[in-house]
Amino acid sequence: MVVFGTIIGMLPGLGPMTAIALMIPITYGFDPATGLILMAGVYYGAVFGGSTSSILLNAPGVPGTVATSFDGYPMAQQGKAGKALAIAAWSSFAGGTLSAIYLLFMAPSLSKVSLSFRSPDYFALMILGLTAIAAFSSKGQFLKAMMMVVLGLMLASVGQDSLSDITRFTFNNMNLTDGISFVLVVMATFAMSEALTIILKRNDPTSAAKQVSLTELGSIKINKEERTKMYKTIPRSSVIGFLIGVLPGAGATIASFLAYGMERNVVSDEEKEKFGKGSVNGLSAPETANNAACSGSFVPMLTLGIPGSGTTAVMLGALLGFGVQPGPRLYMTNPEIFWSIIMSMYIGMVILLILNLPLIPYIARILAVPKNYLIPLILFFSVTGIYVMSFNNFDIYLMIGIAVVATFLRLYDFPMPPLILAFVLGGLMEENLRRSLLLSNGSWEFLWDRTLTACILVTTILIVVWHIYKTFKKKN
Amino acid sequence: MNINTTKIISLLFFIFSAFYLYTAYQIQVFAFDENAPFNARTFPIYLGYAGLFFSGLKLILPDPNTIKVEHKNLEYKKTGILILIAIIYGATILKVGYFLTTSLFLFASYYFLGERRWILMFLLSFPFVAAFMYLLHGILDIYLRDPFLQSIGVMG
Repeated sequence: MVVFGTIIGMLPGLGPMTAIALMIPITYGFDPATGLILMAGVYYGAVFGGSTSSILLNAPGVPGTVATSFDGYPMAQQGKAGKALAIAAWSSFAGGTLSAIYLLFMAPSLSKVSLSFRSPDYFALMILGLTAIAAFSSKGQFLKAMMMVVLGLMLASVGQDSLSDITRFTFNNMNLTDGISFVLVVMATFAMSEALTIILKRNDPTSAAKQVSLTELGSIKINKEERTKMYKTIPRSSVIGFLIGVLPGAGATIASFLAYGMERNVVSDEEKEKFGKGSVNGLSAPETANNAACSGSFVPMLTLGIPGSGTTAVMLGALLGFGVQPGPRLYMTNPEIFWSIIMSMYIGMVILLILNLPLIPYIARILAVPKNYLIPLILFFSVTGIYVMSFNNFDIYLMIGIAVVATFLRLYDFPMPPLILAFVLGGLMEENLRRSLLLSNGSWEFLWDRTLTACILVTTILIVVWHIYKTFKKKN
Repeated sequence: MNINTTKIISLLFFIFSAFYLYTAYQIQVFAFDENAPFNARTFPIYLGYAGLFFSGLKLILPDPNTIKVEHKNLEYKKTGILILIAIIYGATILKVGYFLTTSLFLFASYYFLGERRWILMFLLSFPFVAAFMYLLHGILDIYLRDPFLQSIGVMG
């Protein structure tokens, strides 16, 4: 699964969310713990795969590995591609391992703390998560991202109201009574729409892989001087990566850029000169941080039941599909799921290192599969995922319809991760708003009655203000 | 105001939000719930207003990052054919069955995307689907309805 994730992650445009979405039909036959271990393996593999294409082809497979290409690709051009891959692999491994340790200690204590969370806090936290993902994933298009958040929440409101069972927005169509399936929305907005976008834009994500020569990779050995540099970089980058990953909406992309920037500031002037020209520190820092952020993003999902990123939103949806409700009580009610996720992270890292590093050149060659085969296979997995879930034509038509709209929206840079996160959180958000409003007798004072709620809301406002300030600064 | 496709999408979203809001107000709630602080239509009403707010802002504010899409460079024909094949696939999968429709869908998609290596096309459709079906149905015990295979006695 780690290798599968690596292959998907290497294809520019097809990131971890697509890889995990394509895995959903396979997990139907598994128990929740096994299903999640499989998804976590695919997740890490996809992130590492993204680094590989960044280094070998200067074509980051996922946004979280863009910073990797700054020094990884120049290193590969100097004939040290094997070394760059090894540094990336070891840094990923160390970053992932350290953050799994942080998670091991932090998650149970955070679970206990989160038991004190009340409905208003949860509601405010969801607003924060949605605003943050819109602010961070929008590439300067905050309003577009917020429109996608609203669209996701609107899609989540279709079907029966959870408390009164009153049907909403079904237009007397029985197929919509239970609402729109999460798997359907993920498959449509990611797997299917990405496949359609590739065809529409005449992209060939596999063409670059054909350029990779097995003989030009060079040695994968890391010398003592390089190791010493990595020993210093890895601990600080892993802390940054993990903390950024924990923040709702931030994720691997911001973590890797921040770690790269920080590393550049703390190294000597001599080393600073090497940044952008094949620096070991410059490659190790973003690689450590993006994998640490992946583990960090599990913290809000496991302890609060609120995903911190689009990828963990997909995993949360899958968990809900298994009948498992993540949150503070998951640690007590389903300890096997909780611990198996944490353990799978570590095992996934080890497998990544043992399996992927020596196999990278060969995996890169596998990617030379023409898009004429790749695209139909992605569509096939998407339709199969829906078919085995519902045995219903309507769901397939709905998926195609949503995929066509999503493809069109993607053309104009409307981001999809905010839509998915909003879709997953829609039901929970309504439930917590309902409780909060009923308890406060319809008054919105619950937003500032509790210090915790007020603090979360202030953070949300700060993110919006910071984003507006950044946009104005950029314009001027 | 400069009119571009992003603005048109925002306008469409504005109209959609207005329709959503209208439909939200039409949601029938129980009589005792009508004046409750929160009922089945409360959250959708907020969402409708949020949709109007954000799309309205996008409509009236200047758009410095205008996205220009070169439509002549887009492959509408192949994409359209692929969508059509997927719709036909969706329409026939229940009646004909998973194996035959999926294999034909894959084979047709390879063909319309320009592939002409017939043996490879065949191997990556019929045997591939059979193997995948075996994985789902035979190993993972996920039920797959297939009237065609049932009619020829391959599936029970």
